[in-house]
Amino acid sequence: MLSKKMSVVAGPLAHLAFPGVALALIFGFNISFGVFPFVILGAIFIWYFEKRTKLPMENLAAVIFAIGVGTALLFLPIGKAEEALVGSINKITFGETIVVVSLSTFIFFIVKNLYQKMMLVNIDEDLAKIEGINVSKYNLFYLLSIAIVIALSVYLVGGLITAALVAIPAAAAKNVSRDLKSYIRLATFFGIISAVTGIVIAQFIHLPIGPMVIVTNAILFLISVFLMKRIF
Amino acid sequence: MEVKNLNINLDGNTILKDLSFQVKEGGILTILGPNGAGKSVLLKTLLGLLPYKGEIIWHGKPKIGYLPQGLSQLSVKSYPLSVADFFSLKNPAPSSEEIIKFLDFVGLDKSILGKKAGNLSGGQFQRMLIAWVLVSHPQVIVLDEPTTGLDIGGGETIYSLLQTIWKKENLTIFLVTHDLSIVYKNSTNVLCLTHKREVCYGKPSDILNSETLEQVFGTEVKIFKHNQ
Repeated sequence: MLSKKMSVVAGPLAHLAFPGVALALIFGFNISFGVFPFVILGAIFIWYFEKRTKLPMENLAAVIFAIGVGTALLFLPIGKAEEALVGSINKITFGETIVVVSLSTFIFFIVKNLYQKMMLVNIDEDLAKIEGINVSKYNLFYLLSIAIVIALSVYLVGGLITAALVAIPAAAAKNVSRDLKSYIRLATFFGIISAVTGIVIAQFIHLPIGPMVIVTNAILFLISVFLMKRIF
Repeated sequence: MEVKNLNINLDGNTILKDLSFQVKEGGILTILGPNGAGKSVLLKTLLGLLPYKGEIIWHGKPKIGYLPQGLSQLSVKSYPLSVADFFSLKNPAPSSEEIIKFLDFVGLDKSILGKKAGNLSGGQFQRMLIAWVLVSHPQVIVLDEPTTGLDIGGGETIYSLLQTIWKKENLTIFLVTHDLSIVYKNSTNVLCLTHKREVCYGKPSDILNSETLEQVFGTEVKIFKHNQ
């Protein structure tokens, strides 16, 4: 996502989950049923508006963001929004874990296959069209994969932390990588390492998990800034 | 390739009106004109990227390579892309032997493959782009100001490179440039566009006199012909 200067979109999309969470809490069904439709619908709206208006995607994401939070707060008491903000990874059941892992793996392989073409679309849309790439289709794939990843992580770690998990490991990886391969590998590695250490530390000293993951992410990022001589 | 009565309207503005010209296989058409005259728009329309009225006929569906004007190093610099990565973005991706062959062709060593594309010098970057366009063996190449940002020496290198490629590969070239001496030396035909939506079209020796150029660019342009 960093490659499309879209990391800011993660936050807005994550907040789009709010109306879904509100509905789930009010009607008492599983939060994920609320989260997924709203985030995916948001992605489709961004795609459609971008096509129609040619406004930058991050602009549109801000619009969608405001709509999401606004409508949610009409119904959802702020106090109850806490779960949507910080999530509860330690309450996830085994069945849910399986669903989350298989969805993530699915997205991982889809993105892996589409990555080169998405990258060319990001660099220059006209060039991509001449190379025979269906730009609009790839933009939709791109947004949908983001939406699913975000919906998953909102469910796991909450909206606030999702933005951090999407943006920080990739930014840190970008600081220290020379080519695409090291960038992708390092971003994945940083994401995993900061999440795992964050969870472990939080369990040991009895602090909330989500914010701790952000802190470990931030430390990793600071280290990458000092290592910026591009050693990898 | 033939264009008949081409009309281009964008956002309610007439960009080009009743334009007709043709380019033969193996020809070089240079498009001249001041900024904002519609040169890039014309190229994009020929490539099918913009809506138009009239006829654009490509004979025998040629494979087209395109170098857009905006593809500066800056837009590539924001990604951690090595030169090899940049070539892998082609659809389909070329083999590494092909890449090395074309890098060699534009005068770049294969050691450049591991370097970050954003860190190349302006001249190296532009040459890499030309190799990038050529590696898929196009029959037609469309170049929108391929020497933007290069000094005179760098520009000369690019153009003599294009000349070599053109002779070797029987390419048809569409070129937007401001470099008049290049136009005079290399093109088979020249098309000039003006702000007033007037056009001129013909052989370089017919078009490139001070009078027409003054009409096109709106100021007096002096050109000096070399006696060879």
